[in-house]
Amino acid sequence: MSITAQNVTKRFGAFTALDNVSVDCPAGELVALLGPSGSGKTTLLRVIAGLEVPDSGTVHFRDDDITSHSARDRNVGFVFQHYALFRHMTVFENVAFGLRVRKWPEPKIRERVKEMLHLVRLEEKAEQYPANLSGGQKQRIALVRALAPEPKVMLLDEPFGALDAKVRAELRDWLRRLHGELKHVTSIFVTHDQEEAFEVADRVVVLNKGKVEQYGTPITVFEHPKNEFVMDFLGNVNKLPVRVEGGRALLGETGTVELPAKLFGANENGRTDAYIRPHELDISRTAEGGNCLLGKIVHINPAGSVVKVRLLAEDFGLMINVDITPDRYRALALKQNETVFVTPKTARIFEPDYTI
Amino acid sequence: MALTPTDGPTRNSRRSDPLWVRVTLTSLALLAMTVLVVIPVISVFAEALADGLGAYWNNLTGDADTRHSVLLTLMVAPLAVLCNLVFGVAAAWAITRFQFRGRTLLVTLIDVPFSVSPIVAGLMFVLLFAGWGVFGPWLEANGLRVLFTVPGLVLVTTFVTLPFVARELIPVMEAIGPDEELAALSLGANGWQIFWRITLPNIKWGLLYGVILCNARAMGEFGAVYVVSGRIAGETCTMPLQVEVLFQDFNSPAAFALASVLTMLAVVTLLLKVWVEGRKKSSAVENTP
Repeated sequence: MSITAQNVTKRFGAFTALDNVSVDCPAGELVALLGPSGSGKTTLLRVIAGLEVPDSGTVHFRDDDITSHSARDRNVGFVFQHYALFRHMTVFENVAFGLRVRKWPEPKIRERVKEMLHLVRLEEKAEQYPANLSGGQKQRIALVRALAPEPKVMLLDEPFGALDAKVRAELRDWLRRLHGELKHVTSIFVTHDQEEAFEVADRVVVLNKGKVEQYGTPITVFEHPKNEFVMDFLGNVNKLPVRVEGGRALLGETGTVELPAKLFGANENGRTDAYIRPHELDISRTAEGGNCLLGKIVHINPAGSVVKVRLLAEDFGLMINVDITPDRYRALALKQNETVFVTPKTARIFEPDYTI
Repeated sequence: MALTPTDGPTRNSRRSDPLWVRVTLTSLALLAMTVLVVIPVISVFAEALADGLGAYWNNLTGDADTRHSVLLTLMVAPLAVLCNLVFGVAAAWAITRFQFRGRTLLVTLIDVPFSVSPIVAGLMFVLLFAGWGVFGPWLEANGLRVLFTVPGLVLVTTFVTLPFVARELIPVMEAIGPDEELAALSLGANGWQIFWRITLPNIKWGLLYGVILCNARAMGEFGAVYVVSGRIAGETCTMPLQVEVLFQDFNSPAAFALASVLTMLAVVTLLLKVWVEGRKKSSAVENTP
């Protein structure tokens, strides 16, 4: 079932949590609402769930306008960041709750709850109370409790936010597989972790200050960020001041290093910023193409799948982060305080009418 | 709950206080308790039973007005508690689950009965319901009376004990938070189902605790009831009022006998309170989600 939020605005007093937001989630997809805290992502999720009433705008499930429907009539599975398990009920009764209030016959309830507990491999915990479960187990129970009444829509509010890194990665994986198995369920989840969004979601909605900054598949959003905010929010980025002269982007006030960036008409002859991700820069010992800047190595962090090198470009007074492969790092035999050449492979300049 | 590291140092420092300090403080506390609480309570029973059990029983049951006062209190107090139960739950729910204009004002107003002297509370109701009062003429025109009647007693008792249930529930419901109720809502439960199956089980010990305190206060209420009841023997005299009537009539054996019943009710309440407190604590520890 597709979910459409149209021109949704929500204010809390003087604070505008959502400012004319429109989002469209195709049926069966897993969509991530990604943004920093205060961006309105949780509010949007709660508006879709019916836990929050928008000041204006509509929410549609398929073609039905459900804006005025109560949360209980939307048949939505909602998963809370802090689980919200019913503390005085056993795990079994927690999962059965949604079926009991919907008046399922008892044998069907037993069957469904067993099936759900089997899905998360927690059958042996059926008679335990939530207080006796670990964080990861609680969140899995919260997930199947929401799934038990067979909702067409699953909404997850920072579902893994309260868990430690390893459990988080496991559950992320599991959610991805589960969503694949559950045909016809459309899921939206909220996260502030871009890695999580990219790993799990079919589509990503980047939110900032109550507005949608970009909407697309993880690969488009990452490779073609629409503006400075998205570029900056999705991982590390070097922000370099440039001046535009005769259709060329030149680094610094007087420098002659040209950045390989696509320019917009409005950039003609002025000052702006160029954005380069750490892996889009290369380090070499010789000034191969000539179009490179000098940098003194300040710090090297070789622990990880990429080697992170931090350099000071003294000519420009800039700190630059570069990621290189461990192979390249060994071949170059880099050491601290050495001066090397840094070559930009690509760079991005955004349309200047965008203001943060 | 397991001892947290912060418990350690305070315990040790207490243990390291000089002996004379510990002995002096402990004896002072025990002395004060004995003089102010233990001796008076025992003397009530001693005085009541001075002429033997038979006389005691006779004092309690022989007089129709005394019998009536016991029954009246056992009727007025539960009714006032019931009113407070409904009001307290509704107020706590509204205050902890909704943001609305006047929320802070409501929180403050709930405490007014605690800060107003009961006698003033009684006078306030006289002002409202007397023939010349605000509602008096209207009530009279409709053949209704509040002053000097049982409904009037219930009304002032409810007023005086208003904060007990709400005050007890607000922090409990705030600590639990609205997430479980919202989860139930999204799972398809209606308002009643949410209240009976989710909210009530979570707050039941806090609620019971509030009810017990409220009941203790309601049974012992004197000042406000004194003003509103008109002290009609056999009609509007509750137990505390009857104790006073008997005492003024120089019938101290009967006064003390009735007082001992009130005291016993208080002791039972106290025991119940201790038991509920224990349950409240253990359920809070066991069931942290």
